[in-house]
Amino acid sequence: MKKYNLSILKIFKAFISLLLFSLIAPHAFAIETIEISGGGTKQINIAVMPYKEVGNDKANSLMHQIIAADLYRSGFFRPLEVNGLINKPFVLSEINYPEMTAIEAQVMTLGQFEINNNRLKVNWFLVDVNKKTILTTMEFSGPAAQYRAIAHKISDTIYEKLTGIPGVFSTKISYISKNKGRYSLNVADADGFNIQSVVSSPQPIISARWSPDATKIAYVSFEKKKPIIYIQSLVTGQRTVLANFKGNNSSPSWSPDGRRLAIVLTYNANSQIYLIDADGSNLKPLTQSTHIDTEPVWSPDGKSIYFTSDRGGRPQIYKVSSTGGEPQRLSFEGNQNLNPNVSPDGKILSYVTQDEGRFRVVLHDLQTGQITKITDGPFDEAPKFSPNGHVILYSHKVRGSGELSTVSIDGVVHQSFNIQADDIREPAWGPFAK
Amino acid sequence: MKKSLLLATLLSLFLLGCSSTPINDAPKPSGPSSSASDDEKDLDLASLRDPNNILSKRSIYFDYDKDVVKAEYKDLVAAHAKYVASHPKAKMTLTGNTDDRGSREYNLSLGQKRSVSVKKSMNVLGAQDTQIETVSFGEERADTNCKDDACYGKDRRVDISYEKE
Repeated sequence: MKKYNLSILKIFKAFISLLLFSLIAPHAFAIETIEISGGGTKQINIAVMPYKEVGNDKANSLMHQIIAADLYRSGFFRPLEVNGLINKPFVLSEINYPEMTAIEAQVMTLGQFEINNNRLKVNWFLVDVNKKTILTTMEFSGPAAQYRAIAHKISDTIYEKLTGIPGVFSTKISYISKNKGRYSLNVADADGFNIQSVVSSPQPIISARWSPDATKIAYVSFEKKKPIIYIQSLVTGQRTVLANFKGNNSSPSWSPDGRRLAIVLTYNANSQIYLIDADGSNLKPLTQSTHIDTEPVWSPDGKSIYFTSDRGGRPQIYKVSSTGGEPQRLSFEGNQNLNPNVSPDGKILSYVTQDEGRFRVVLHDLQTGQITKITDGPFDEAPKFSPNGHVILYSHKVRGSGELSTVSIDGVVHQSFNIQADDIREPAWGPFAK
Repeated sequence: MKKSLLLATLLSLFLLGCSSTPINDAPKPSGPSSSASDDEKDLDLASLRDPNNILSKRSIYFDYDKDVVKAEYKDLVAAHAKYVASHPKAKMTLTGNTDDRGSREYNLSLGQKRSVSVKKSMNVLGAQDTQIETVSFGEERADTNCKDDACYGKDRRVDISYEKE
């Protein structure tokens, strides 16, 4: 009982801290906007200087490392090597502009922070090196335990300031890990840190998908020796069975309004797509073929569902109205195409294409029909768009075990996650918190 | 803004304060069932176990991305179909499997397609749908270290199992 009270107290403290963190709104005043040539395809050279901890002689390097890693992973930035610089400014007056120009910095960020009574306060700047002007200056504060979250918030602010696109560094991802024969569905920060297990089982767990409001995850568990779909709340930890019909129950996909899911059922036949309300009621068939129809995903406007079908002999991507009707085939290149995912603006599909035995992630522009391979394989799986549509998170197999990686949608910047587990697979990217 | 604050707070409540939901395998029922001897007789369990009986063979293997039951398994399929047809109390599960190439959900469907393909072959020989459940494990039981088709081939199969055996 005591233990219970203690944890309530801890939760209450966390609540208050977060409240304060959010109430101290950042005071942003944009001074000027930097021009980015090439419409974002060219990377911005940024010098991320070590933020200095007040009252501590040496600059604490962790915060600027988190920010630099975030910005690098986005594909829009090239963080410069700053360790060799003689001058490491943390206030504006100390910036040595010729030195910054010499390392070809276009922008730089610098700042200082202090930790008092377990509270962290950061004062930071984003500076246009060529024009010698302040682009952004802000003060962020929060519980010291939110150190990484505050660093990601700074990354988000820098990213949005210079690209005009909301950053995704404060969002969450999920993935399935397998360790010593035990499967676990985990949630982590977008950079793979702060890992929390949501559910674990001795039997496989697959196909986890975030609800559009980020409070729930639907997933498939084999704990009853066959695939059954569950929905679990990330707020209370409570879970319910969404679908447990005869045969397989799998491949959940939330409608954009979160009220329904597309799921795949088999009964005693092949996989077919159904629609079901999030409370498990109102089951209706969507596709009715004698072939495999699976991996449904909704278009952001809720009008269409993309899916994988082998009705043409091999797995290919199809599109059908979410009210039913005749599906239309979309993928024609490659031996097999599967695992579709739609960009948040609905304009691009990403999926896995198999050619000459290699499984690679491609982007399929739905307006022009242009297809671009953005990974090299040989065993890449489960591509998922970031909530801002500019990065793809996917899994790939290396010597029998899976790892997670991101690739910018221009295919230029690849980054692997360093998560310790025997096997990691099936990533999903949580939405922006609304 | 208020809503986002509440959400962030609630999420943090769970993520900070809670531990994961651990699922464990249900313990196997222990002790002799009262009807064990009846099952033994009604289901002729001895012939399922007899290593010299074709019914002890339980796996049917497939080609890559295929669900066609090959000629070499006709006798095996026929023997199990005949067994199911002549033992009305028998309940069979056909579990489809695939190798680990391709997406997990597609492979789950492909494994299902294979178990359905075996079931249909058995239907033709008189085995009733009410006695058979088709499910799939997709690639979840596959060997993840395969380098050649001989290895992958072992994963592309349907396993036959019986209730109470």
